[in-house]
Amino acid sequence: MIARLFSFRGGVAPEAYKDASAGMPIRRAPLPSRLIVPLRQSPRATARCCVEVGQKVLKGQRIGEAEGSLGTAVHAPTSGTVTGFDPHTMAHPSGLATRCVVIEPDGEERWIEHRPFDVKAAGRDAARAWLRDCGVVGLGGAAFPSHVKLGADAGIDTLILNGAECEPWITCDDRLMRERATDILAGARILADLAGARRLLVGIEDNKPEAIAAMRAAAHDAGGEVRIQPVPTRYPMGGEKQLIRVLTGIEIPHGRLGAEHGVQCFNVGTAHAAYRAVAHGEPLLDRIVTLTGNVARPGNWEAAIGTPLDELVAFAGPGADTDRYLMGGPMMGFALPRLDVPLTKASNCIIAASPSLMPPPPPEQPCIRCGECARACPAELQPFELYWFSRARNFDKARAYHLFDCIECGCCAYVCPAHIPLVDYYRFAKGEIQAREHDQAAADRARERFEFRNLRQARDKEEKAARLAAKAAETRARPAAGSGTAAASPSAAQQAALLPASAEDKKKALIAAALARAQAQKAAAPPRKADGPGAATRAESAADAGRRQAGSTYTPDDGGATSAEAGDSAR
Amino acid sequence: MIHAPYIRKPASIQRMMGLVLAALVPGIAAYVAEIGAGILVNLAIASLTALAAEALVLALRKRPVAIVLADLSAVLSAWLVALCLPPIVPWWLTVIAVLIAIVVAKHLYGGLGQNPFNPAMVAYCAMIVAYPALMSQWPPAGGLGFDTQLGLILGGARDIDAITGATALDALRTGLHQGAGPVDALMQGPAFGLLGGHGWEWIALGYLVGGLALVATRVITWHMPAAFIATLALVSGLFWLIDPARFAPPLFHLASGGAMLAAFFIVTDPVSGATTPRGKLIFAAGTALLAWTIRSFGAYPEGIAFGVLLMNLCVPLIDMKTQPRVFGRRDRGGPR
Ligand code: SF4
Ligand code: SF4
Repeated sequence: MIARLFSFRGGVAPEAYKDASAGMPIRRAPLPSRLIVPLRQSPRATARCCVEVGQKVLKGQRIGEAEGSLGTAVHAPTSGTVTGFDPHTMAHPSGLATRCVVIEPDGEERWIEHRPFDVKAAGRDAARAWLRDCGVVGLGGAAFPSHVKLGADAGIDTLILNGAECEPWITCDDRLMRERATDILAGARILADLAGARRLLVGIEDNKPEAIAAMRAAAHDAGGEVRIQPVPTRYPMGGEKQLIRVLTGIEIPHGRLGAEHGVQCFNVGTAHAAYRAVAHGEPLLDRIVTLTGNVARPGNWEAAIGTPLDELVAFAGPGADTDRYLMGGPMMGFALPRLDVPLTKASNCIIAASPSLMPPPPPEQPCIRCGECARACPAELQPFELYWFSRARNFDKARAYHLFDCIECGCCAYVCPAHIPLVDYYRFAKGEIQAREHDQAAADRARERFEFRNLRQARDKEEKAARLAAKAAETRARPAAGSGTAAASPSAAQQAALLPASAEDKKKALIAAALARAQAQKAAAPPRKADGPGAATRAESAADAGRRQAGSTYTPDDGGATSAEAGDSAR
Repeated sequence: MIHAPYIRKPASIQRMMGLVLAALVPGIAAYVAEIGAGILVNLAIASLTALAAEALVLALRKRPVAIVLADLSAVLSAWLVALCLPPIVPWWLTVIAVLIAIVVAKHLYGGLGQNPFNPAMVAYCAMIVAYPALMSQWPPAGGLGFDTQLGLILGGARDIDAITGATALDALRTGLHQGAGPVDALMQGPAFGLLGGHGWEWIALGYLVGGLALVATRVITWHMPAAFIATLALVSGLFWLIDPARFAPPLFHLASGGAMLAAFFIVTDPVSGATTPRGKLIFAAGTALLAWTIRSFGAYPEGIAFGVLLMNLCVPLIDMKTQPRVFGRRDRGGPR
């Protein structure tokens, strides 16, 4: 099948370092002494604990119920006893803690009863609920709930399976495709049917010929319309928007979802998990994680969610000069603040780094505006402009140059001859802008409250004055009527009543006019030009907050963002 | 804590500047062959002055000295200054020119990356305004031995008319001015060679070769050289077709003076030039247009330096107005 491939601008080609871990078959990691299963598996949603300390659980038993529209269920990865329910530090750069169910395995691996799920009989909504209750989330690194991505009713026409795996070192998707291609495709078919997609495309970087061959063979056996499409090896090919662009030519603007353009994208591991959930009724209990870098036995391990990483990395035999561990790839990953944290559904790779493997960057030099960064930027930004503005704290300008379109892929910093940690500056600027907006929103609310109070007080005063005036008129009218001259001078009484009233009216009109003026001024003036962007752009940054949270494994709070810009990140 | 990305391409400012210096070598070799080895003395004087000045300023500004000196940017500025000056200017003129480039044009504006004007061009313009006579004494190709050149550089007596001639551009301008004949008759004179100035055309070829290597190795992009050369050829060609007696042909313009040096090594200065693809085209085209205008109608024989400085002034506007479209967006980046 001849298919036209598109391309994206920019990108880089770092050395891949994939061979070491890609050569070994997936191994099953032994059960650790205890499992620490976080209830917060997908970003912005924490499951509600439904077990008690001391309770015996079976493998696959639900220990956390899905809550909220973005919630997914959490399960016991093995049989054993719940020994704790308390906060534990997460694999997150912030090093913050979240509530975890601690399970001591009994080693018997006793399953709950589980049976296949009949999608056809149950219907689409029930199938989505099934995936949610099986805890299926994106396994590419974003951990976004899959049932939510299938929920968009906007006619999805193309389903893309992301097997690009463009970050150096990571090979978990590669191995999965080599070994379980049939299951992946079956899962993709399920997802495609649920999404209502006609077309199924699988994008795999052409540095994985074995995976491509295995997927092609499986596609041949399975029949049906599916295109296994090798794509050029260029980071960040695995970025959702980049892959969509290359496979379909569609460019999804910042803040928009693929679904709005008829495209939905899933990671190959997610398709595999969906298959297990539907065809076997198995919830998502483990994932494949690459252990590589400065280790004696690099490779891929299938490990239970909740396995403490220190026990996990020990299987690979880290070198003595290992100075830190990276979670995710070297381009977008982060250094783990500590290692006694559990494996989550988003953890795709752990790299043992040593000074010789990843030397500290050379000292930062001044930007010479050489434009290398702009030529490498897949978002087609001018990174050095963003850098100058961020550095000068000129945040409005940074935003005008589309700071929030930056996907933090790191290509610019990778190529910069001045060794400037450009992405750090963007993170800083984005954080500052969001903090300011938060303050601004709070100030806005306070001001609204204040204005409303003024308005109310003015109104109360008016009403009181009107009441008084009426009363005064009444009392004045009464003696007049008593003296019998009421008929002679009705106008006097009326005037007396009217006089204060008309003065009152004038005052009222003045107040109203002043208020209207103030309102008009407020509407006309751009709100706080120097301090922060206006409301129109606030939505944009909320969407960004959402995206960034979707890209991380854990966030300290729900952030209120409802943007569903999900997708498996470029990792 | 260090953040992602944890890996970096082996690139550095030093490597970049080093490649540009290397790309100047073919042009310099042709220079030595055609004009004489005096230029090497000037290059040495300029480089030493630049390094010393940079070290001093950095020390005064309390900045790290070694790492900045090693980035080679001062050396590159020094070479460009030396290559723009006549090869027999007295040593102190080279020193002053380089001091202006490094201290005034670069560090007074904040150092590497901050200077709005091309340092080498600032120095050249200052010199041509301050020392017009010395700046117009060019040795004819092969006319002066190294001893003579060295003597002149070291401040020997200057029996000017006996040893130097006008450059081709100068001869043409003066000739036309005095009504000495149409362009093609003037171009029979001794200062003229096959295409441009006698001997200088080979130097231009050397710059062209080095410059193309820079484009091929992606140290610079094609935009600026292409736009510069195309614009100079187009505008000079147009006027040459209209009035060949008054205007020099395009190849003469391209092979004379500093056209090739400018196209690949001077307008392409990243710090003071435009940065967007379209901006680069506009910047280089504008420089070429100004250079041709000054060459043809102005008071100075060579207009590139003034052209560059004038266009430097326009860079913020050009960059702002030529922001490229951002991925997925219909509009372009930057403020409106
Ligand atoms: S690559 Fe680095 S030095 Fe070059 S323009 Fe970008 S930020 Fe500046
Ligand atoms: S980190 Fe942002 S600015 Fe840098 S290359 Fe990636 S998208 Fe562009």
